[in-house]
Amino acid sequence: MSQDKKFGPSPEQILYANILNKGMLIGLGVLLVTFSLYVFGIMDPYIPFDKLTISWSQPVSDYLHELNIPTGWAWLGMLGYGDFINFIGIAFLAGVSIICYLAIIPTLLKSGDKIYAVIAILEVIVLTAAATGIFGSGGH
Amino acid sequence: MIHTSKMMAGLPAVAVLTLCAGAAFASGGEAAAAMPQDGSPWWYWPIILLVATFIMGVIAVLGGVGGGVLFVPIISGFFPFHLDFVRGAGLLVALAGALAAGPGLLRSGLASLRLAIPVALIASSCAIVGAMVGLALPTNVVQICLGVTILGICILMLTAKKSTLPDVPESDKLSSILKIYGVYREESTGETINWKVHRTPIGLALFVVIGVMAGMFGLGAGWANVPVLNLLMGAPLKISVATSKFLLSITDTSAAWIYMNQGCVIPMMVVPSLVGIMLGSFVGVRILKVVKPTFIRWMVIGILAFAGLKALSKGLGF
Repeated sequence: MSQDKKFGPSPEQILYANILNKGMLIGLGVLLVTFSLYVFGIMDPYIPFDKLTISWSQPVSDYLHELNIPTGWAWLGMLGYGDFINFIGIAFLAGVSIICYLAIIPTLLKSGDKIYAVIAILEVIVLTAAATGIFGSGGH
Repeated sequence: MIHTSKMMAGLPAVAVLTLCAGAAFASGGEAAAAMPQDGSPWWYWPIILLVATFIMGVIAVLGGVGGGVLFVPIISGFFPFHLDFVRGAGLLVALAGALAAGPGLLRSGLASLRLAIPVALIASSCAIVGAMVGLALPTNVVQICLGVTILGICILMLTAKKSTLPDVPESDKLSSILKIYGVYREESTGETINWKVHRTPIGLALFVVIGVMAGMFGLGAGWANVPVLNLLMGAPLKISVATSKFLLSITDTSAAWIYMNQGCVIPMMVVPSLVGIMLGSFVGVRILKVVKPTFIRWMVIGILAFAGLKALSKGLGF
């Protein structure tokens, strides 16, 4: 990185900011659209509203069990439901940092900043591992 | 002029409230049939949540705290949602706030990617551990720990001093190797500030604890990030606040994935909370000029203390 005693952010910082900005706007936009489809009843929910309002006061394990809700990435197979389609926007918002990191790695390597390139690669591994669900899925 | 801008800022909130109310009435008879245990229709709590998080968003900006730290204790204490879902929503609320602020802070050079990257690796890894531990522990234990943590944050807010430009005589070896330093222009004085950090190994070690707590309670962690970056490591206050805010976009990402994969994310809770906090922050920034921050800060401490005691009493079964 080349922030060395120069005004303004480094090129990789600007690159990161630009991708983060676009990702955030896309994610929020998608989330608002999908939530409108859900809340206005344009798409039927998997969990009926009356059952949802009873179950959201229970621990997650009971909620999942009683409503027969799959965990992890199973929501990808349920995008036909108004509630599950919202996970597109949520997952996008939670994944945008991974994209930002992936984007700056080549710039870091190009500028010879091997230490930060390695740290960035490790961060991608950590965030991707968390996203995959290998640390467990399915409540308590 | 200020009055007009306040009114303009409030309009989106009114629009969203109207939309929610419209959606509620659009469902008509169905809504009447869909009564939860407390007798209220399904749309009642999401709308209350939207209003409450809007107010929280305003107060968070005026009180200089993150939305997440208010969200989890207040919503878990006074709303019917289980703590598992509140923590999942809290992380996404903090994450969305950080994602919204991050690009501007990075572009202005106030948030330092160079400072954030090593810290983020530690905090985000430990947030995974915190999230897993938090979801494995019994709810009452987490509630008690949350109450204690919130009361601890109140004490921290009451006692911690802030240093605009901490004195850092010399960089430590690790920060020199990592080249954690920078320069920015202080707009209020026109001064050019060269900054560097020290005590980096201790600072990074503390982010282990901060990461675990962020993941365990879904609080966000600005309340802890800023004192460590500013008072311990010696980064200027503006750099610390901006980098901390940006840092949450990475720390909370890892924990948010754990909560999401465990089924702790309910869109009907997350979206109104997210919209409410963001609109509230938008309005808060605009009215920041006309309120007394000291009074608001005392109010935030009071609210947090009350919410902390409530969490503690819930955990202890009173």
